[in-house]
Amino acid sequence: MPPAGAAARPRVGVLALQGDFARHVAALEALGVAAAHVALPRDLEGLEAIVLPGGESTTMLRLMAANGLRRPLEAFVRERAVLGTCAGVILLGTEAEGLPAPPLGALDVSVERNAYGRQIDSFSAPIDIPAVGGTFPGVFIRAPRLRRVAPSVEVIARRAGENGSGEPVGVRSGRVVGLCFHPELTCDLRFHSWFLTAVAGLALPAARAAAAAGPPRAETA
Amino acid sequence: MNQPEPFRLKVGLAEMLKGGVIMDVMTADQAGIAEEAGAAAVMALERIPARIRREGGVARMSDPSLIKEIEAAVSIPVMAKCRIGHTAEAQILEALGVDFIDESEVLTPADEENHIDKHPFKVPFVCGCRDLGEALRRIGEGAAMIRTKGEAGTGNVVEAVRHMRAVVRAIRTLGALADDELMSEAKKLGAPFELVKEVAKSGKLPVPNFAAGGIATPADASLMMQLGAESVFVGSGIFELGLDLRPEEQRREQLRMAEAIVKAVTHYREPAILAQISEGLPRGMKGLSMEGIPDEQQLAKRGW
Repeated sequence: MPPAGAAARPRVGVLALQGDFARHVAALEALGVAAAHVALPRDLEGLEAIVLPGGESTTMLRLMAANGLRRPLEAFVRERAVLGTCAGVILLGTEAEGLPAPPLGALDVSVERNAYGRQIDSFSAPIDIPAVGGTFPGVFIRAPRLRRVAPSVEVIARRAGENGSGEPVGVRSGRVVGLCFHPELTCDLRFHSWFLTAVAGLALPAARAAAAAGPPRAETA
Repeated sequence: MNQPEPFRLKVGLAEMLKGGVIMDVMTADQAGIAEEAGAAAVMALERIPARIRREGGVARMSDPSLIKEIEAAVSIPVMAKCRIGHTAEAQILEALGVDFIDESEVLTPADEENHIDKHPFKVPFVCGCRDLGEALRRIGEGAAMIRTKGEAGTGNVVEAVRHMRAVVRAIRTLGALADDELMSEAKKLGAPFELVKEVAKSGKLPVPNFAAGGIATPADASLMMQLGAESVFVGSGIFELGLDLRPEEQRREQLRMAEAIVKAVTHYREPAILAQISEGLPRGMKGLSMEGIPDEQQLAKRGW
């Protein structure tokens, strides 16, 4: 039995074929929405929005096909809000090299996979995201790069600081949002909160939204 | 200046590998099969554990040319093993650009007292454990991922189950203790006090916790996930299959088993799906019972 009041909580899915979906689930739950794992087509029922997590984009594309999720997901991201982080932005784009199947094509961007190199080239860098009030911690793990952003697609996040300043690392096209970095690996909930309210149009419990708008909680590794 | 956050980046890659399968491979072609089957990463090594067990001798880090071939063949992360305590092998693997180093009891230990100081490395490490104390000692040395040791190369999951249950049970026990009992427990575990406090509070390891050692079937993978593993390593369970078959048949059998284990990890709580993917699979490894393995040949007893 769901606890009293649970019916009022909006349900947001997280693609759970492979990757750091548990971190997105934790962020969503902390903001007061009901997070649901999506591994089969039936899991999409009743969801207001979906998150495509970090992980291996080639693995996720293969498992999407193997689990009959390809077409249902294509349809879902045309109608509902979607956030893709790292591998997720590769899945949402129109083009990337070396994929076993075409990406979903919901964002008109070309993405270069593992564009900074191997794991020893992974890095952290500050990001400027005006929509969440300024600087945001960027965690880049074997990260992709946006090589082409169509004029119709809005750049919402750029690298700040000395290195690579101004490089676009986050984009939005209507209800579709893609990031090259991992807000879910930080304890800073501002980006998830913005996605749920401003992009997906969901109402968060007031206390949770206020907590997300305030200074980030202490970081743990 | 950007604040360097080496440990978060290391654990970050471990997070990306969750819910996936990491497969031991010995050739670029096998790496291709693993990637095609949906592996989240591959472990490049010259001999999978079952062969090391059969052939004996000192097992060392793989030849760099093999690791480079495999890195060139796939786009998923590539891991490689170094011997316990062999800092120089680890430095070489880091220079080769491997994405994760497994400081592994499957290879012959280079140091019977000390493990590698893993903090100075930029590449993340995974280490094996048999219980919570061992897991926290490795994390204290800088490991960014923990896996059970199990008993590699046996096709027998019993030791991996024992080790996973030991870790999970000890974490639960910590959660029930009062603050003033934690130092005594840290002493018993032989684990760093700060990490013991952290685990008591959070109820989980501070890094991802994977299963390894003897996983040979989709059902084994599901069992380990149900016991608390966040991903599984499959060593000999795939590329020891079909050795008596013609190459194309062998490839097909190995691919089927690899795909089935990947699916089992995604749907580990769905018995109907597990039944479907377990049907008509190639016969798993014959395997070894623990009674048949003399103490000195038990790989899990290496390291402390």
